[in-house]
Amino acid sequence: MAMVMTSSQRWRVWALHAVLIAFVVLSLLPLLMIVSISLRPGNFAGGSLIPKAISFEHWRLALGLPVVDAQGQVTPPPFPVLQWIFNSLKVALVSAAACLALSVTSAYAFARMRFRGRDGTLTAMLLLQMFPSVLALVAIYAIFDRLGDWVPWLGLNSHWSLALAYTGAVAQHIWLVKGYFESIPPDLEEAAAVDGASRWQSFVLVLLPLAKPVLAVVFVLAFLGAMIEYPVASVLLHDEQQLTLAVGSRLFLFNQRYLWGDFAATALLAGLPLTLMFLLMQRWLVAGLTAGGVKS
Amino acid sequence: MRALALGLHALNLAAVAGLLFLCQQLLRAHDALAAMAVLGVAGLLVLLQFSKRLQAWRYVMPGVSAVLVFIVLPMAFTLGIAFTNYSSAHLLSFERATDALLQRTDSEGLGMDVSLLREGEGAAARYQARLRDDDGKDWLSARFTLPAPGAPATGTTVMLGALEDGQPLPGEPLPPRALVELLPQLRTLVLRTPDDRPWRLSSLHRITDQAQRYALIDADRLRDLRDGSIVTADHAVGVWRDASGQALEPGFRTTVGFANYARIFGDSSFFEPFVRVFVWTVSFASLNTLLTFALGLFFAVALSWPALKGRGAYRVALFLPYAVPAFISIPVFRGLFNENLGEINLVLDLLFGVRPGWFSDATLARAMVLTVNTWLGYPYMMILAMGLLKAIPEDLYEASALAGAGPVTNLLRITLPLIARPMAPLLVASFAANFNNLTLIALLTEGAPDYLDTQVPVGATDLLASYTYRIAFNDGGQNYALACAISSIVFVIVALLAYVNLRCFGGAKATRR
Repeated sequence: MAMVMTSSQRWRVWALHAVLIAFVVLSLLPLLMIVSISLRPGNFAGGSLIPKAISFEHWRLALGLPVVDAQGQVTPPPFPVLQWIFNSLKVALVSAAACLALSVTSAYAFARMRFRGRDGTLTAMLLLQMFPSVLALVAIYAIFDRLGDWVPWLGLNSHWSLALAYTGAVAQHIWLVKGYFESIPPDLEEAAAVDGASRWQSFVLVLLPLAKPVLAVVFVLAFLGAMIEYPVASVLLHDEQQLTLAVGSRLFLFNQRYLWGDFAATALLAGLPLTLMFLLMQRWLVAGLTAGGVKS
Repeated sequence: MRALALGLHALNLAAVAGLLFLCQQLLRAHDALAAMAVLGVAGLLVLLQFSKRLQAWRYVMPGVSAVLVFIVLPMAFTLGIAFTNYSSAHLLSFERATDALLQRTDSEGLGMDVSLLREGEGAAARYQARLRDDDGKDWLSARFTLPAPGAPATGTTVMLGALEDGQPLPGEPLPPRALVELLPQLRTLVLRTPDDRPWRLSSLHRITDQAQRYALIDADRLRDLRDGSIVTADHAVGVWRDASGQALEPGFRTTVGFANYARIFGDSSFFEPFVRVFVWTVSFASLNTLLTFALGLFFAVALSWPALKGRGAYRVALFLPYAVPAFISIPVFRGLFNENLGEINLVLDLLFGVRPGWFSDATLARAMVLTVNTWLGYPYMMILAMGLLKAIPEDLYEASALAGAGPVTNLLRITLPLIARPMAPLLVASFAANFNNLTLIALLTEGAPDYLDTQVPVGATDLLASYTYRIAFNDGGQNYALACAISSIVFVIVALLAYVNLRCFGGAKATRR
């Protein structure tokens, strides 16, 4: 649009810049403060945004190293943060792999096959994912409590139970993968079928390689979803050593024991990689939601 | 390739084997109904594997079964629990609660020191207990045998006799280590003095008088051996009652019909807070959906204005709140808003000399919850709106520019009407998600400030989801059944929303937030 900017329009651009900058500051300020708090000595609030003295004590504690102060007093790390990160990673990787494995074959059938009950099942999956697991927390707790009586490693306080509970998220992933499969023309698979490939072969050898991007996306989305999940993990896990990061990081901020600086360092340590991943996945977080909206 | 296909068959067979194992375990736990269900599922898997006609379902099965097991089953379980009295006071099954009573013992506080003597080795070993009571009198038991360590323990009753002075003692006293190995057997050992008083081991070196308190008469009646009175099972409430009607611990799980619902809707001490929470939940969810949508749409429109420079940078910066995991950003706000130590009150104190009670004043707490969740949620709406705006044809705006329309007219006459339809189901889904936003409340306020005029612990910022969470897991009573009953009411609300979405908007996809 080659338009001449009128003075009123120029004024509006500046006003908009001002509003946007104000909001950006509002959005970023809490995050910047965390950086500053994590580098400030002590666990007390106060002090400027740019810390006067830089101290890495909170970072050392977050990494599991003890801190020795000037009087020679040793502060041990308050919580096993690295263990929590490891737990979270373990649960998230297992559940992401399970989600991926469980969703691809279903998505393939929904995208490529016509069978009785197909539409009904698809709609049911769509509606079911509106029921969040927080509504069934007691049931999830009771189920795993009893399951633990028969199969000890699938009881309460087990990472396997948690990873398994997270695979309920497949409903939304099936829709995402199905959409991607449908965007791939079936010609190649048909050609493979003409050459004598079985259904399974044309799925695994022809379609799946073409769909690698969406497989990666589903894996990362399921991984992130499991990394940040709080309610189910808080119900299933109890021992301090077994907690995931999302549950454990809650323990830093109690009025009686207010470890503001230690929390900030932990938050940054764990939060930065996750935040970067979310930023990269930005397009996919809402993918498919708006598809078929205005265009059609 | 072939190997992969075979691998899948193997996986299926492994699943069947696992189910059969579970079935056997269930049968051993006398849960025949569940065992049959599991067996049925295993049979279905086998059928799928070999039926040509059900080939499509072979592919569909993995995903669908995960949804069934981890979404549908918990929902069904929730409904089931809602009709029971499952809570910390009624935790055990009827059988386990009865066993607990049968194992209960009565004591007059007497005790004896005990040491165990052994003659012979291994299976041929014979034992005698040597005892000294608190009056200094010595006792020796009759000879008895014990099953080998590790073998299942069986109860043995042995008579005691007074130990004569100078009577030779057979064998050597066992060291503590050997005692520990024999402990499971020794625990079932009952020693009887001539006055017919039973004694049982209470520690490695001590026995105490422990008479069985209750004896089974039939399935629903016990006899109190202390006074011979009858104890009956009250299946309506889920407790054993003694002759005077007093309930005994522990209670057991039982079906109570609509009692939980009657409590929620009929008992004003439950109904009144429930209504308060419900009203706040609905207002929170609608206000929040509205605020995030308005803010998100504003940014989306602003960032699609070509005259604005640096749109990419703004986009990333404004998206950032959504990218930071909630379990980090919410506690950050909890810290920033902290009344005594938080940065926000520090600044407000410096500038205006006020220290608002963000966690102690109901209105302020609600305002804070809304602010924080708007901060968390607007980027999502912004991204959604941006996607939809891209699809609006550019010439519409050019035509309106020619007609001399301003940005407000554009927004109201072009943008909003065009994105309203695709946006509506997403807004309904967002409403549903915020309705159940347990994470926000659990990490930010935990419902604080609590109402002081209610009998159940509940706070001004509690949503229905966090209210049920508190009932089930936090505050004393741990009333799982009541929590499930409230959850089931929320199910109905969510189901209505899902129905609206499906009917009115053609089943557009529900969303994460």
